[in-house]
Amino acid sequence: MKLIVAIIRENQLDQVRESLFEADIKRITVSRVSGHGRLQADEEIYRGKKMIPNLTPGIRLEIAVNDEFVETTINAIMDAAESNEDGLVGGGKIFVTPLERCIRIRTKEEGSEAI
Amino acid sequence: MKKLLITTILGSTCTLAMAQSPEIDTGATAWMLTSTALVLLMIPGLAMFYGGLVRSKNVLGTMMHSFVAMGIMTVLWVVVGYSMSFGPNVLGGWFGWDPDLFLLRGIDQKIMDSGIPEYVFSMFQGKFAIITPALIAGAFAERVSFKGYVIFIALWGVLVYNPLCHWVWASDGFLFNLGASGAIDFAGGTVVHISAGVSGLVAAIYLGPRKGYPALQNRPNNLVMTMIGAGLLWVGWFGFNAGSSISSGLATAQALTVTQVAAGAGAITWIIIEGWHQGKATALGFVSGILAGLVAITPAAGVVMPGGALALGALASVVCYYAIILKDKLGYDDTLDAFGIHGVGGIIGAIFLVFFIRDEWMADAAAAAGGSWTIWNQLAIQAAAVGIAIAYAAILTLVILWILNKFIPLRSSKIAEMKGMDDFYHGERGYGMVNPN
Repeated sequence: MKLIVAIIRENQLDQVRESLFEADIKRITVSRVSGHGRLQADEEIYRGKKMIPNLTPGIRLEIAVNDEFVETTINAIMDAAESNEDGLVGGGKIFVTPLERCIRIRTKEEGSEAI
Repeated sequence: MKKLLITTILGSTCTLAMAQSPEIDTGATAWMLTSTALVLLMIPGLAMFYGGLVRSKNVLGTMMHSFVAMGIMTVLWVVVGYSMSFGPNVLGGWFGWDPDLFLLRGIDQKIMDSGIPEYVFSMFQGKFAIITPALIAGAFAERVSFKGYVIFIALWGVLVYNPLCHWVWASDGFLFNLGASGAIDFAGGTVVHISAGVSGLVAAIYLGPRKGYPALQNRPNNLVMTMIGAGLLWVGWFGFNAGSSISSGLATAQALTVTQVAAGAGAITWIIIEGWHQGKATALGFVSGILAGLVAITPAAGVVMPGGALALGALASVVCYYAIILKDKLGYDDTLDAFGIHGVGGIIGAIFLVFFIRDEWMADAAAAAGGSWTIWNQLAIQAAAVGIAIAYAAILTLVILWILNKFIPLRSSKIAEMKGMDDFYHGERGYGMVNPN
């Protein structure tokens, strides 16, 4: 079992979700995050002043998968999020970590069954 | 009205008397100034109502649809709008025109027969010209380019709103003079709501649905804001309807009363249907019912009594409720139900008001017709006015869209729709760190 954590551009959430859905990955957790790294944000304009948020907004996806689905999931995210419009650097990152245990609360199932 | 009668009786001698400026009626002027401000309040109200209903990435863009109309339509109104709407007939009555009214130059010193300065009347009417195109925006929210929208409402205001306003409300407009006592449109059932609703429907179909519609989940980003907006609309509607008496007297009181009654009846009816149909009374349903009731009473506010207002408000909610369900079945993407509420509610009000007209009005109409005038006679007039408004608004909207689309694509690009109107067209965001839509 692996836990895949992906940080993506906030405006690419819809297309990533669609792509995951097509790959039959339907159990995901989404949160709004911010941070800094190489991810560049779209500039915003307030009363003529151009501002680039110094904490760049992003979307964090958490997806727990069985080993055989790791590549499928990664590819689905990559396919959808690779477009790099406006020449902005940074499409985000994908982290894959081992997952020790996974328990479904209602049925108390454990391990691969529970994912 | 009284003045008109005197004119007829005295004939030519009256022309002399008319040349003198009437005295200012301070009571009527004060109320009309208040009404003018109240109608303007409806536009931020509409911005909040619509803004709360879209996804969070489109909230500013949607509110801007209403706000930008306050800018554009105001400018157009003083340049050409007032003259086209209330000048004397030109081009066979297509619209009005009076060069003196260009930039309102001719009315600087003028007091109208009703005792109010013409500036007040002109600004009051100008607010209607603002809100009407802003209503259309609900039909194609979340998928229209900002530049395209701005030019669209400018053309629509000039070519659709001004002529319709002239036909229905100018003293030489042909619908104003249809039948015994004219087509009844007290405060804008045909001019405002039917024309905006029908044009919205045409534009929604022309632009096509949003990406993912109808599977798309369209969860409102902020219903609290929508509730506040609906509240402001209700308050502003007293200016809209009671102000349309262009006086401060009995007719004002009649219009104000039925406006309140119809809104209440519409709101209660909507949640009763919902409770029965879906088991829950929703906040959005309640405010939709308020709007349906208010829209339906708009053409009728000058001629019906509270009993009729109850019936019209309730009927409008029933029909609008099912019209919106039907929309999902038919599959056109009228995002915020501009047609479902304003178009349908306006048609219901303008047609069914004939069954609730007060006796005094019918008696006056019979006298004017020289004998008898039945509700069936008036029904034919109303149906004609509604039919003309629908046909004119639909055809002209289609022509404007078709021509405009050749120069500026009205439909948002895929990338704009994905990123949202706020980011793509305005470079801003409506909220800070909130959850994704």
